[in-house]
Amino acid sequence: MKTKLLDSVENKSLKKTVPYFEIGDMVDVHCRITEGNKTRVQVFGGTVIARKGRGINETFTVRRVVADEGVERIFPINSPNVVDIRPVRSGKARRAKLYYLRDRTGKGVRLSHRHSEHTVSK
Amino acid sequence: MVMLLGKKIGMTQVYDASGRITTVTVLQAGPCKVMQVKNKKTDGYNAVQLGFHDVKESRRRKPEAGHAAKANTVPKKFVREWRLADDTPAEVSAGDEVTVSAFADVAYVDVAGTSKGKGYAGVMKRHGFGGFPGSHGTERKHRAGGSIASYSSDRGHGGNLKKGKRMAGRMGGVRVTTKNHVLVSIDESQNLLVVKGAVPGASGSFVEIRSARKSRA
Repeated sequence: MKTKLLDSVENKSLKKTVPYFEIGDMVDVHCRITEGNKTRVQVFGGTVIARKGRGINETFTVRRVVADEGVERIFPINSPNVVDIRPVRSGKARRAKLYYLRDRTGKGVRLSHRHSEHTVSK
Repeated sequence: MVMLLGKKIGMTQVYDASGRITTVTVLQAGPCKVMQVKNKKTDGYNAVQLGFHDVKESRRRKPEAGHAAKANTVPKKFVREWRLADDTPAEVSAGDEVTVSAFADVAYVDVAGTSKGKGYAGVMKRHGFGGFPGSHGTERKHRAGGSIASYSSDRGHGGNLKKGKRMAGRMGGVRVTTKNHVLVSIDESQNLLVVKGAVPGASGSFVEIRSARKSRA
């Protein structure tokens, strides 16, 4: 159980607004990377296949296929290093965790466009 | 040195300026009442007696109430002394309030509390013994402590074990001090101290918080 006092400390580390996206959406994650004393922003684009955790521990998993090799990255939603999350295309998913995409290749990984009020307009 | 009494609220994580996540413990510290100021002349040593957490009215005993009345307050559940060196008399007087703002220019803190009771624990858990192999002929003594003495190590003890021989027994529930926690942030409006790392005891238990005695190298 979390107390109000604990939440008040945690809330300072939470982002004020988090872009809306759903499981199955294609997103571009803008990630701040520090190499030595230089920082730059790297973009990782892919399908959101999972979102788990609450509050400060909330993370989401983005999967993409690079050179026939599946790559997954897990981002903490509230990390200051995740500068921006831009939904690119909404995808229709009937479950909360799309781990079945790991077993698919080629055309099988495509998700149909979601036609709902949350549809991301490009 | 500064000292405060408080309560462990629980643990969480925060992001620091560089975007790195830090595991922290949230402590509700004070405000503490100065119940009594002891000095070299009348008490033989210098100290400040701090009190935290009011005792509810029906549970207040008259002797405690009388003691607290001298500091113009009510009896406290958690009372501890803040010992001062002989040549530094206290800068506060009875009835004063000490709050987290006393920690404003403190970088590291020590936290003392009562550790969680672990019950009757074996030597591997209690003292970090290595135990015995899982196989290669080991039978029925995988977590045993091994020999506790021999003829040569026993000499001079008159047939008794060496005192303090580490064996199985009650673990936890004792006073533990964790040192040199980084003081991450202070919330003066809610009397919170946020320190890096874990502190002894369960959430809700009382703790003593001091500015670090030995500075970190």
